[in-house]
Amino acid sequence: MATTALRPAARSGTGIYEWLTTTDHKKIGILYTISSFAFLAVGGLFALLVRSELAQPGLQFLDEKSYNQLFTMHATIMIFWVIIPFLGAIGNYVVPLQLGAPDMAFPRINALSFWMIPFSGIIVLSGFLLGGAADAGWTAYPPVSSIKYSPGPGMNLWITAIILIGTSSILGAINFLVTIFRMRAPGMTLFRMPILVWTVLVTSVLVLMATPVLTSALIMLFVDRNFGGSFFDPTTGGSAIMWQNIFWFYSHPAVYIMVLPAMGVISEIIPVFSRKPLFGYKAFVFATAGIGALGFSVWAHHMFTTGSVFLPFFSLMTFFIAVPTGVKMFNWVATMWRGQITFKTPMLFAVGFLSMFLIGGINGVFSAPVPVDYAIHATYWIVAHIHYVLFGGSFLGIMAGLYFYFPKMTGKMLDERLGKIHFALMYVGLNLTFFPMHILGLSGMPRRIADYSPTAGWNDLNLVATIGGFIIGSSMLPFLWNIFISLRSGEAAGDDPWEANTLEWATSSPPPAWNFDRLPPITSERPLFDARHGRSGKGHA
Amino acid sequence: MSSAIAAHGASVARGRKKGLGNPVLGMLLFIVSEIMFFAGLFAAYFNLRTATGTWPPAGNGAFEIHSEILFPAVMTTLLVLSSLTCQIAVWRIRRGDRLGMNRALMATVVLGVIFLCGQAYDYTQLGFGIKDGIFGNTFYILTGFHGAHVLGGVLMLSVCLYRGGLGQFSAQHHDMVEATSIYWHFVDVVWLLLFALLYIV
Repeated sequence: MATTALRPAARSGTGIYEWLTTTDHKKIGILYTISSFAFLAVGGLFALLVRSELAQPGLQFLDEKSYNQLFTMHATIMIFWVIIPFLGAIGNYVVPLQLGAPDMAFPRINALSFWMIPFSGIIVLSGFLLGGAADAGWTAYPPVSSIKYSPGPGMNLWITAIILIGTSSILGAINFLVTIFRMRAPGMTLFRMPILVWTVLVTSVLVLMATPVLTSALIMLFVDRNFGGSFFDPTTGGSAIMWQNIFWFYSHPAVYIMVLPAMGVISEIIPVFSRKPLFGYKAFVFATAGIGALGFSVWAHHMFTTGSVFLPFFSLMTFFIAVPTGVKMFNWVATMWRGQITFKTPMLFAVGFLSMFLIGGINGVFSAPVPVDYAIHATYWIVAHIHYVLFGGSFLGIMAGLYFYFPKMTGKMLDERLGKIHFALMYVGLNLTFFPMHILGLSGMPRRIADYSPTAGWNDLNLVATIGGFIIGSSMLPFLWNIFISLRSGEAAGDDPWEANTLEWATSSPPPAWNFDRLPPITSERPLFDARHGRSGKGHA
Repeated sequence: MSSAIAAHGASVARGRKKGLGNPVLGMLLFIVSEIMFFAGLFAAYFNLRTATGTWPPAGNGAFEIHSEILFPAVMTTLLVLSSLTCQIAVWRIRRGDRLGMNRALMATVVLGVIFLCGQAYDYTQLGFGIKDGIFGNTFYILTGFHGAHVLGGVLMLSVCLYRGGLGQFSAQHHDMVEATSIYWHFVDVVWLLLFALLYIV
């Protein structure tokens, strides 16, 4: 038996040093998770501070200066240091296992990708101690982000940190793509890959092609701020709109970077808890690719009100991109249709994703027609939309994934009762926070304001949103307690606690450093289902 | 089944399946990201240049770099030559000729260093700086980031040369040389575009 060839340098230590120097994709995946949780606490704290200030008109806790820093850093941390790395965590842990591979293609580059995250996070947060963090919003539009209106070191630290975390994403994307193309187990054809792998593939392509463009914009902004450049300064021949074009060329695909892997996660969960295969596997794959391709043609729908983009094209493309997303919605609903559904916690979060992402999709399409966009641009409607997509969508998807994969990562089951309390609190809290924002937006409340008139009629809804925010914050407590007691005395999970379909459940929980001692034959996209029922399924090819 | 796994594991461990090696595929994907990075800078350049009307912008005689094309043309020739020597290194090691590879790599490194020195010299001769409006901004950002990539390429080539000197490459195992050569060709192509845009068009 030559299986020993699969065990390159499998050190057995579990000490701190082993964790700091590990190149094992599973340990790196867990490190990603821990780092994301730490930054989630920071970003969540910022959100609660912002909501506390907005609970009533007037300035109670913060001045405008610190308010600007807090909403900027809330968005920055949540997008770049929480959601993207959380999805990186799940991808890192699960993708090699689902492919039947012993590790990622470049394990040391994988470790490098991870370690850039906490260090760049410290850089971006250090602004608070060095005279003020970045305060130009996460979009950093010039001239707000210029040296004149944002003179502190915070903006420079922000630019540096975003370039670093972007580089980390790019290296991660290359790693995923080479792993997916070159490290699949025998029999694992492209159209037998789990959907999660497909979404990570498309996401990696988006990262690879969009993130470097942001890097170029950030470098030009850095030159403008520090070396007397005038790229984005119209008074000296530059163009402020150019920043918006380049920025959104990255940041619109970034929305799909943040949601596609979450869609992949729930596409793993819904079939398992509906006891049915995913409805329309190939349609789902092509819809994912379609979102990836169309994602590059809608960036200027963030810029309708600038008057310098071709409105009909970008409006039309924005309608188009709702189509593949709608296809996926039907994939999921048809998968659940007449299935034997059990509402374990991962499934609850997955269904939560469906309902919340549906709202996030619909209130997004509202902005596609230009006249409507003119009315709701930069109001709280947009804040509602982005939070239904990124919180109701991406974050619930991440939570679903963590509940689903926690038994695999640790070998212990999480408590179902605490999980359901977590879900109920979070679901209620998020709707209480973000639904009133639609109405606030329609009644004209602009985003990014620290204060508002007490007679504008916005008081009650803002108070409701703030209460909702604290409910979301409190919903994390049963979750953390759940993790704590499960790690201490949780029920043993066994290899395959959910009776799932894909290869990661064919090995022990947690898996050995080399991942697999043996693999079942792979003749369909559900090799484990086939093995359990003693049939060699027909492939999709 | 387990023998198939073992074979799979062994082939993965060696990074040797049919088709591209992992490092070569990784480098190609990295170059995709590099293309998009330069695309962002080029897009800014085209945008600002067309919005300005007359190019180079009037009012500063130092911007007339079209008239001093000889020196950058010589540098361009040297860089193209270095792409050739780099490819010769790859051809040599594919046939197992380590000494030939090392010689060609050495020539490539020397040409790359000459290009960098030439660029530094050129910077001292230009009568404008990065602060001088969008012409200075775009010129120095484009050539500066290209120069940084040349420096990166020279460092990678130097590592190849060092490892080549230790005899670590063979006709079967030289993915790093292949990957580095692809990167070097990419840097060369970017320069040809830059040379044409900045000095000729």
